[in-house]
Amino acid sequence: MSVVGGTAGETPAVPPSPLHAAATHRDAAAHRRVLQVLRRSESGVWRWAGRIAVMLPLTALVFVLAVLAVKAAPAIRVNGWNFLTGSTWNAGSGYGGVTHTDGVAHPIGAEYGAWPLIAGTLQTSAIAVIIALLISVGCAFALTERLPRWISRPLGFAVELLAGIPSVVIGLWGILTFGPFLAAHVYPIIADHMPDVPVLSYFRNPVGHGEGLLTGGLVLALMIVPIISSTTADLFRQVPRLPKEGGEALGMTDFEVANRITVPWVRSGIIGATALGLGRALGETMAVAMIAGSIFQVAPNIYSPMSTIAATIVSKLDGAQTDGTGFAVATFAELGLILAVISVVVNLAARGIVHRTSRLGGPVGRGA
Amino acid sequence: MGPTAARGSRRRGGLEIAFRVGTYLALLLVLGPALWILGGVVARAVPHWRWDVLWTPTKGSSGGLEGAIIGTLILMVGVLLIAGTIGVLAGIHLAELARPRKSGKPSGGVMRTAADVLSGFPSIVLGYVGYVALVVGLHWGYSLLPALLILSIMVVPYIAKSTETAVRQVPTAYREGAEALGMSMGYGLRKVILKSALPGIVTGLLIALAIACGETAPLLYTAGWSGSVWTGSFIGGHQFSYLTYPVWTFYNTSTESGHSLSYDAALLLLVIVLLLLVASRIVVARTQRHAESH
Repeated sequence: MSVVGGTAGETPAVPPSPLHAAATHRDAAAHRRVLQVLRRSESGVWRWAGRIAVMLPLTALVFVLAVLAVKAAPAIRVNGWNFLTGSTWNAGSGYGGVTHTDGVAHPIGAEYGAWPLIAGTLQTSAIAVIIALLISVGCAFALTERLPRWISRPLGFAVELLAGIPSVVIGLWGILTFGPFLAAHVYPIIADHMPDVPVLSYFRNPVGHGEGLLTGGLVLALMIVPIISSTTADLFRQVPRLPKEGGEALGMTDFEVANRITVPWVRSGIIGATALGLGRALGETMAVAMIAGSIFQVAPNIYSPMSTIAATIVSKLDGAQTDGTGFAVATFAELGLILAVISVVVNLAARGIVHRTSRLGGPVGRGA
Repeated sequence: MGPTAARGSRRRGGLEIAFRVGTYLALLLVLGPALWILGGVVARAVPHWRWDVLWTPTKGSSGGLEGAIIGTLILMVGVLLIAGTIGVLAGIHLAELARPRKSGKPSGGVMRTAADVLSGFPSIVLGYVGYVALVVGLHWGYSLLPALLILSIMVVPYIAKSTETAVRQVPTAYREGAEALGMSMGYGLRKVILKSALPGIVTGLLIALAIACGETAPLLYTAGWSGSVWTGSFIGGHQFSYLTYPVWTFYNTSTESGHSLSYDAALLLLVIVLLLLVASRIVVARTQRHAESH
């Protein structure tokens, strides 16, 4: 509108011309100016839409953290340090009445200690990362250095597909197929041959039914292999050819080239990718909730059923809603806060390492 | 020297063989389980497959999956609209519009860190926050909107990241050309830069959709479960159905129908994810051919 006003303001200076050509010229000028303003405002629209959109993840993060902190505050006050070290999980009696500690209402006898869950989270993730790292590096080697392109491409897609399989589907397979298979055919062999010495005795009988720490860790490993191996394969492709050829010219075997040139070249990138996988393993919920056995204990041996923080939240939050004082739900906020802090720290560290060592800038993170 | 060298070379040869076998074994250890999962689900779902599962509502743990299928599709469309819009705009902003700081570092450092932190956030914790703040706090009840919002928070960082990468890969010459032709910033962005970054953006969106449709943890305590088709309301305790719920819940029911619904849902999820990933591959392959022909 202002454009029309602008042209109208200018026209009195020029006497209205009877000439047709001048009129068209003036129309064209006005037309052009309208377009110009539209285009300039388009730039503004893009700029402002972008500014607003880029603020939203930050807003969401602040919102999420604030909700967790506010909700967890009473639980932190009552549970104290015992929450990190204790091994009792008792919601208290629903009929025993309500008491107050530091002004926070909770059922009489409520006592929460999450050590078995914290330990379980760290144990499953540790198993997953150790196994996934070995497999991923080998897999990345096979895909980038060994196999010809026409075969490594579809195989790479298959690995990518593994990352896309929903975690409940992997959990379903783990609980009904993989776990029972391991308990029947693999675990007995390991358990029967382990000597009774300090560390290895953790691998001795009984092997259980396939729901437990080791099965959970193995399935988690399977879920994070695609993350680590795709990043590692990208890194291997970036290693220049000359040093490798130089190594070969010196008479190095393939293993020596890999061990002394290729891997050291991208070592910190691999560490970063592994830490990303660790972050994913720590927060993985559904598959572990289905496979780990959901028993609140520090696993007495590596086959025993146990639970993790994420698995406990998803399977027990339902029951926590029956606590009329809301203290059980608040305790789950504290649990969530612990998990969030652990995985965010791991994730940021990983991104720092990956960012510093690779210029890929490719989307990394949640699966796929 | 002779024996030592011989022993050394034998050791080297042994390591070399172990290395070769090891790499192929590693590949097998990844591909084997992947095929095992796919084959296992197909083998359990297909023999009992009934086509009317697609259009029968769920009753208890029997019936069909009509509500869940439609629910998952609605969730995908909703995530595409909410997270897609926000993520793509945020990605464009990070790549193109945010001015570099004086130190020469790319700007938007805080925003980028926030997105990174959010993408590493455990999904169950996001689900908990949705339950506490939206379902209970705002009295929305188990319904579509809280589920959509939490799912969107989850995938926005991913879409923003892939969009930023795609836009950054557009050659600088294109931008200079647009400016030399007198295009305004916005017009050039739309007509030149986004046009050539589009395949990358679409790929990111497709993969984000694949992530969204396979999620369970953020939905359990925000969407609830009803088994019937969406009633059309966004809030107010109208519980919502989605495909991952039957997989998570029905596998340990005692009924045969519950088991087969669980597998049917798993199969449908795999089909959807596979279609999305293949579609993203096709987009990438077509643009690569396009780029190589130049």
